[in-house]
Amino acid sequence: MEITINGSTTALPQDPRVSLLDFLREGLHLFGTKKGCDQGACGACTVLVDGERILSCLALAVQFEGRDVVTIEGLSAAGTAGGEGLHPLQQAFIGCDGFQCGYCTPGQICSAVGMVAEAKRGSPSHVTADLAAAVTLTRNEIQERMSGNLCRCGAHNGIIDAIQQVLSAEVLS
Amino acid sequence: MSIIDSAKNAAQGLVQGALGKLVPLAPDSWIPGGLPDPLIARKHGLIGTPVSRLDGPLKVQGAARFSAEVAPAGMVYVALAYATIPRGRIATLDTQAAEAAPGVVRVMTHRNAPRMKPPAVFGSSPTAAGPSDLPILQDDRIHWNGQPIAAVIAETQEQADHARSLIHVTYEAGPSTTSFAGAKANGAQIGRFMGQPLRNEIGDAEAELAGAAHRVDHTYRTPRHSHNAIEPHAATIVWEGDMLTIHDTTQMVTAEARTIADVFDLKPEQVRVISPYVGGGFGGKGLWDHQIIGAAAAKLVGRPVRITLSREGVYRVIGGRTLSEQRVAIGATADGHFKAIIHTGTAAMTPHNAMPEPFIFATRSGYAADSFKLSVETVKMNMLANTFMRAPGEAIGTFALESAIDELAAELGMDPIALRIRNEPDKDPISGLPFSSRHIVEAWRSGAQRFGWDQRAPEPGTRREGEWLIGMGCATGTYPYHRMPGAAARITLTRDAKAIVEIAAHEMGMGTSTTTAMVAGERLGLPLDRIEIRYGDSIIPGAIMAGGSQQTAAIGAAVIAAHNALVAELLKLAGNESPLAGLSVDEVGSEGGALVRLDDPACRETYQSILARAQRDTVAAAEQASMPVEAMHWSMHSYSAIFCEVRVSAITGETRVSRILGAFDCGRILNPQTARSQFRGGIIMGLGMALMEETLFDERNGRVMNANLSEYHLPVHLDIPEIDVMWTDIADPHTPMGAHGIGEIGITGVAAAVANAVYNATGKRIRDLPITLDKLL
Amino acid sequence: MTPFRFARAADTADALRLAAGPASAYLGGGTNLVDLMRETVATPGSLVDVTGLSNTVSPTESGGLLIGAALRNTALAEHPAVRARYPVLSRAILAGASAQIRNMATVGGNLLQRTRCAYFYDAEGARCNKRAPGSGCDALEGFSRYHAILGASPACVATQPSDMCVALAALGAIVHVQGAGGARTLPFTELHRLPGDTPEIDTVLAPGDLITAIELPPLPFATNSAYRKVRDRASYAFALVSVAAALEVEDGRVRDVRIAFGGVAHKPWRALTAEAALRGGPADGPAFHAAAAAELADAQPLRDNGFKIELVKRTLVAVLGDLGGAVA
Ligand SMILES: Cc1cc2nc3c(=O)[nH]c(=O)nc-3n(C[C@H](O)[C@H](O)[C@H](O)COP(=O)(O)OP(=O)(O)OC[C@H]3O[C@@H](n4cnc5c(N)ncnc54)[C@H](O)[C@@H]3O)c2cc1C
Ligand code: FES
Ligand code: FES
Repeated sequence: MEITINGSTTALPQDPRVSLLDFLREGLHLFGTKKGCDQGACGACTVLVDGERILSCLALAVQFEGRDVVTIEGLSAAGTAGGEGLHPLQQAFIGCDGFQCGYCTPGQICSAVGMVAEAKRGSPSHVTADLAAAVTLTRNEIQERMSGNLCRCGAHNGIIDAIQQVLSAEVLS
Repeated sequence: MSIIDSAKNAAQGLVQGALGKLVPLAPDSWIPGGLPDPLIARKHGLIGTPVSRLDGPLKVQGAARFSAEVAPAGMVYVALAYATIPRGRIATLDTQAAEAAPGVVRVMTHRNAPRMKPPAVFGSSPTAAGPSDLPILQDDRIHWNGQPIAAVIAETQEQADHARSLIHVTYEAGPSTTSFAGAKANGAQIGRFMGQPLRNEIGDAEAELAGAAHRVDHTYRTPRHSHNAIEPHAATIVWEGDMLTIHDTTQMVTAEARTIADVFDLKPEQVRVISPYVGGGFGGKGLWDHQIIGAAAAKLVGRPVRITLSREGVYRVIGGRTLSEQRVAIGATADGHFKAIIHTGTAAMTPHNAMPEPFIFATRSGYAADSFKLSVETVKMNMLANTFMRAPGEAIGTFALESAIDELAAELGMDPIALRIRNEPDKDPISGLPFSSRHIVEAWRSGAQRFGWDQRAPEPGTRREGEWLIGMGCATGTYPYHRMPGAAARITLTRDAKAIVEIAAHEMGMGTSTTTAMVAGERLGLPLDRIEIRYGDSIIPGAIMAGGSQQTAAIGAAVIAAHNALVAELLKLAGNESPLAGLSVDEVGSEGGALVRLDDPACRETYQSILARAQRDTVAAAEQASMPVEAMHWSMHSYSAIFCEVRVSAITGETRVSRILGAFDCGRILNPQTARSQFRGGIIMGLGMALMEETLFDERNGRVMNANLSEYHLPVHLDIPEIDVMWTDIADPHTPMGAHGIGEIGITGVAAAVANAVYNATGKRIRDLPITLDKLL
Repeated sequence: MTPFRFARAADTADALRLAAGPASAYLGGGTNLVDLMRETVATPGSLVDVTGLSNTVSPTESGGLLIGAALRNTALAEHPAVRARYPVLSRAILAGASAQIRNMATVGGNLLQRTRCAYFYDAEGARCNKRAPGSGCDALEGFSRYHAILGASPACVATQPSDMCVALAALGAIVHVQGAGGARTLPFTELHRLPGDTPEIDTVLAPGDLITAIELPPLPFATNSAYRKVRDRASYAFALVSVAAALEVEDGRVRDVRIAFGGVAHKPWRALTAEAALRGGPADGPAFHAAAAAELADAQPLRDNGFKIELVKRTLVAVLGDLGGAVA
């Protein structure tokens, strides 16, 4: 019973009650993934499983045998305390002041990574006007698609700015 | 540009800008006739330039360690069980099955908890931080629905949580008051805030109102609110002998440590509270029962303890903003002159706490009027102690007052901004003190222009796009300037020209650590990368609460005092061989890593050189900030003019805020990047309050019924438009750095601006928050 | 959370075998069940993970679609055939929960998610006949903004909270079930029940019954279908009310129509009365109003939810107006 976390394989917990979130935090001391509610209602625990964003608090770790999990620590594997080598989104969050207390931030960033992948494969959203048309990530689209990540400090504008900044840089390059 | 680059550029800018811009040391108190902080005059330094958060790289990597992320060896986990009745006694409490469950180390109840004194309730002394004066796990009495009655201590959180569900308890119910109506029927008392009665009367306001040519007189209601920081409350607690260390998430390390020391009969130096990161506070991250229970549990089992409240636990144990019912009546002449302002009402609290929700504060200094009648009465309910939440008093008080002004403007057929400006006071209407710095009219004018206020249809219900009714509204926000006594700072200069600034303050996301580094750098004449800020630790001298939007002023004054003491120390060390020999602190300034003679900048010596000659590695000075006498001489406040545009569905009544602008007058803005975020964050909490937030309190038994984040609605990304903010940036000559607090002003006025916009869109006046769609159908 | 055994089902037979004992439950994405287990509202002794079972979408002989119950909500919403032929279903799914939850949630789990009634969730502090039969219903005179106005009983006023189910009710989907007695199908509208005096029973399924698939019948005019959800914030909130509808208009008259409501009852509410009132009649505002009024004639408000009667009527009229306009 193994699982891959940020590229390394590790044994799953014995107790099937352990959520993926608690396994990361208490079992592996990967505290970057946050617990805000443990009820699926805030998005702070968002991680990427096989590239898809999910809520690790409602996920039983044992259900993820053989899967590939990336957490905030894995996004910035090359990052340093000084800020070099950060993922472009992490960099943009700093520049756009996309956080205050920083508690919802890892979840927002992982969610944004998953969100961009969804949009690229053409997945529509609640605000997509035409279900048949290609998806363009307008501000409104990004806002709807990021609505599963709460932020109580009110960094919403900076978060969306940061995502838009990275998206437009991608288009340019 | 990376954070580091931007810091470097900013720092270079500082060095260049500082050339020939030598500033004297700052005065350490602000009294009439005194000199303003010389940093105000410095226009090209770091202050006022946007600087990215210095803790940003850590936070975006999830590498900032919060209190539940400390994991001492041998640590056990706690789960709390909560009472389900509002008042009475525990009749039977069976913990056998829980004790026997796998992994359980101990179940702690009132029967086996260590004996502890009740905490001193907040406000009862300068170091008291208790949520109420109730004893914690000491007897079988129940005081609120949700009170912790047992703590399961187990090897894993899963085991603790499960065992908690095996506890069986029965109660003997006592008489209780859990409805607001019932509480009012029991009688009201005048509210007291920090010892002062919440009542002001000037003239005969009722008579003036009755005789006024025009008047409005309505009742406004605001519900309970919860802070809902996304980080739940958590503490990791270690006893080493008689030394207690609490890794916590708190806005008051010092007061919390002192209060807990008293609870456990320890000396102050035996308790250390460390809180380097706070995942959102908003008034809710203080001392509550869980830290004390956690410390007791750690003592009982002799192991380190982690106590994390579940989200439900946060609602059961951490109080929020209480509910209120407010009457606002304004009488005016035909041309809009206020004859009378009446703002009275009732807020609920408990028999055991001291927080009356002072909703008249904004009204005290908002407008000129011939007469005033202001009061807050309190009634007592058996419920969890209510507490401060972002702009306690002002957030809900401005909803009532600023809605009433809009109603009066409609009654008079006047533009609501013109009506406000018409009644602009020239001195504080209640205290009679002069204003230290009040430029609200300028904020109104520039804000109105930028927002396009002239596009507002004066007639409500006349703008429509498809099913959407469109309206504009505005309101004044205000929050007082505070600087609490007791702040201190210690500055240590090292031989390699680095300064370590220590303050017992807090970083909850306001950007305090970054702004403090900027200010300290400016004073010491050092670039940002030579400054290290240490904070969030009760062993640092002084006490600086992150509350009342006072941290920046308190830190500012403490750093001034410590800097002045440090310079005195440096001059002593410099001795007779220094070019500065014989100079006093009044004759020098700091610049470019050196002390410099004010009237002859060529006469200077670097810190490094002074330390080297004295053969010292470091020099340090700690000093207390002066007493905040400025508030005795002036009426001091932050102000805002809030403009908002809403779209209300004519079909479903759903309201969406499409535009919002805040024009702020809050003294000098130190770091525009983090200040903008503070303003926006406050506005967003105001939007939540306006449209969706309410803690559902079941009046039948006093139980909170939406103790989760899916039924307590916070605004989501799709609810939040791009929020425009601007500021006058006019320094207040009577405060450190010319700054005012900016943490709480953002939320004030917002709910009224939304309600006023909804009225403009629909012609419907909503006087009960939140403005949910059913009220607009 | 009460301790439990965990097993992963390799196929349908394996799942039935593993779940044969008492107190077992199937586990989909876990977004509802794990939450309820944490609240001790659900205390299964064993969990059978069925996310490895069929998750395909394939055409049926009759020209409909067969959707494996393990398909994730996101995948169903973005499936090209669903988007093109049954937009109401895509829309309903996309209006629910958050992207992260839709990425986890399965079709089977979404169908069987339980009510969000606060008193049902509060296992320690509240009475609830659905959770603890016979204990009473604290919602009846308590907070009832999210509660039923149609088909409720004195024993229970809870609502079924799914968005997807409202679309499935409107589309007349068919549920494929595998149970102890073999495979069977039933109309989707018969899956969920009204509470009566046994509100603890949400559906007609027997213990151990496994939902294997959902079948969408061919319904050509469902290309002209829509879902409108009304809620307390712009996103990530359960419906106060919602309307799923498909409309076929010919020469200004309603040729065919399908309507269902969410947030109003213990089950997704298929509005057969309104459909009957509309069929063959004019496709105009007054007819839509009359049909809405007829459907809501027996609505019973509680303390906090009387507004829903008007709200659901208005929402229906608006949705039909849009759909009528779309083909006019
Ligand atoms: C914060 C939050 C907000 C939400 N908002 C919305 C919303 O707005 N709209 C909405 O519609 N939903 C919403 N949801 C609910 C969400 O859609 C459901 O939780 C989800 O669809 C359940 O699917 P699942 O696979 O995770 O089910 P699980 O939790 O795994 O299972 C749910 C139930 O189905 C049973 N089950 C699962 N699969 C099968 C099967 N194949 N056969 C038989 N039984 C089975 C399980 O035993 C369990 O009883 C929200 C959830 C949360 C946490
Ligand atoms: S912790 Fe998982 S959604 Fe809040
Ligand atoms: S930054 Fe504090 S919750 Fe988002």
